[in-house]
Amino acid sequence: MSASLYAGLASRGFRRYATYRSATLAGIFTNTVFGVIISYTYIALWVERPQLGGYGIAQALTFAWVAQALIMPVGLFGGGIVADYSERVRSGAVATDLQRPAPLLAVRLAEDLGRAAYALLTRGIAPMLVGALLFPLAWPSSVSTWLLFALSITLAVVIGFALRYLLGLLAFWIIDTSGPASVLVVLQIFASGSALPLVTFPGVLRRICELLPFRCLVQVPCDVLLREDTGTGSLPLIGLQLLWATTLLGLGAVLTRAAVRTVVVQGG
Amino acid sequence: MPMIDVHDLRRTFLIRERRGVLRRTRREVQAVDGITFSVEPGEAVGYIGPNGAGKSTTIKMLTGILVPTSGHLRVADLDPSRRRTELARRIGVVFGQRTGLWWDLPLRDSFELLRRIYRVPTPTYERNLSAYVGLLEIGDLLGQPVRQLSLGQRMRADIVAALLHDPEILYLDEPTIGLDIASKQRLRTFLRELNADRGTTILLTTHDLVDIEQVCRRVMVIDHGRLAFDGDFAALHAAGQATRTVVVDFHDEVPPIDVPGSRVVRVDGVRQWLTVPAGTPTGPVIAALASSHEIADLSIREPTIEDVLPHLYARP
Ligand SMILES: Nc1ncnc2c1ncn2[C@@H]1O[C@H](COP(=O)(O)OP(=O)(O)OP(=O)(O)O)[C@@H](O)[C@H]1O
Ligand SMILES: [Mg+2]
Repeated sequence: MSASLYAGLASRGFRRYATYRSATLAGIFTNTVFGVIISYTYIALWVERPQLGGYGIAQALTFAWVAQALIMPVGLFGGGIVADYSERVRSGAVATDLQRPAPLLAVRLAEDLGRAAYALLTRGIAPMLVGALLFPLAWPSSVSTWLLFALSITLAVVIGFALRYLLGLLAFWIIDTSGPASVLVVLQIFASGSALPLVTFPGVLRRICELLPFRCLVQVPCDVLLREDTGTGSLPLIGLQLLWATTLLGLGAVLTRAAVRTVVVQGG
Repeated sequence: MPMIDVHDLRRTFLIRERRGVLRRTRREVQAVDGITFSVEPGEAVGYIGPNGAGKSTTIKMLTGILVPTSGHLRVADLDPSRRRTELARRIGVVFGQRTGLWWDLPLRDSFELLRRIYRVPTPTYERNLSAYVGLLEIGDLLGQPVRQLSLGQRMRADIVAALLHDPEILYLDEPTIGLDIASKQRLRTFLRELNADRGTTILLTTHDLVDIEQVCRRVMVIDHGRLAFDGDFAALHAAGQATRTVVVDFHDEVPPIDVPGSRVVRVDGVRQWLTVPAGTPTGPVIAALASSHEIADLSIREPTIEDVLPHLYARP
């Protein structure tokens, strides 16, 4: 029963974004161009300092393209089609969602998984194929690594969603969330490793980033993909993602309840 | 057992205001200030009052999305804010100003999603969909994305959406806002029939009093968060000191006529307006007029709710 509900929501989430075709094409183009630019930057950097952060050039380039592929699915930049929930809370439209006999968090998550699947299939895979044609990338050979990578990406999407959902809930308490929203985007871009792999960060900064959930968005999936041993070595990384996903979703569920009980839905 | 049971219900909002650079003041607004009423299954009740009276606030509490500050509140024997999800299956809500449909999806997909959210059995869903889509004439629009619908079309679609799961209660908050006369009329007829044929309890909030007259038998008037009136239309007219107006054209200009039981409120050339309390017959007044001067023309205007409502509102 509910499985069909959430499958339905996810498929609608998918189709909803599939209607904006020219935006998708423009996005693929942008991701590809940036992938190329970043690749040349990394090549220059790794030629200068070989084995920086333990990566060879091929690994650094793979990292660059995987990071590009993940930008939209995990919603690194916020805004636009991955916009958080604050606007619906602010305008009072959230009232409609709360009047439904389905938990808000689960409904939103299902919709976002649909959206992310569409983003991954288009803006994730297409630039990646171009990248693989233009540059020598380091692909793992074992199937189990690929399966764990797929799992890791899914968890990254869930964590990305949970962060935006929490930001959206914030609008119940503070009406203007644009400040926190910018902070979140900056953290998501830098502390995830998407701008530069976390493995290249200097000591303290790197350690701080390792305590935060953001590395689960990009660095961790890349680590899972780039590990040379097959399979089990990356299980702790998956475990870490699971931990963050449950923590953040749990927090989301608790705060949703609190918001509805103590706070006010806007608008007449 | 009443469908809606409300006793001494209150809701206060705390408003923080910035006054100057550092000064802040806190002000309490009693949006709903101790109202008591109950609604039996199958009733159709109009809930009216001026802007800011507390209508939407009441409806939010009745649906469970706003927690009351104090008071007793039961809908279908449930405490709405505690059992919001359970209650949601049994009520339908339409807010005129916003839509419950998915903006980017074809209308049909929105209905299909709601079927799953409310777990409506397929036969029920199909029966309701075809009945309501037909009655509200939106059959041709099912393939269109909601964002492409006109206001009136979207409104009708929202009403179908609110009814797919056979709710026992339908709350409507300004459902006719922005609709043209034909659409309003169609909607009113639809709601009246829904109430009569299916026994759906209706609570209707609107500023268009014709909606109320055509759909509801009972009216509740709220003003400054308090119930100013609760009863049927006859009682409403009595409570609002409704008057009928006799408009009379005399043959020649005459001074204001003094007839017992009536009062001249306006004179314009040969025409005079006399008011008569709604409960009393106009016959004797007309006879007295006719016997004093020669009458060219005469008409009687019945009171409208617009005329009586201001008498019910407390002037601050
Ligand atoms: N979220 C809120 N925060 C503070 N005050 C609020 C809030 N919502 C409503 N109010 C206040 O409560 C009072 C009642 O508002 P409500 O929306 O219930 O009025 P209404 O009867 O629906 O009016 P209208 O006919 O204009 O829709 C108003 O004074 C309004 O300013
Ligand atoms: Mg209102």
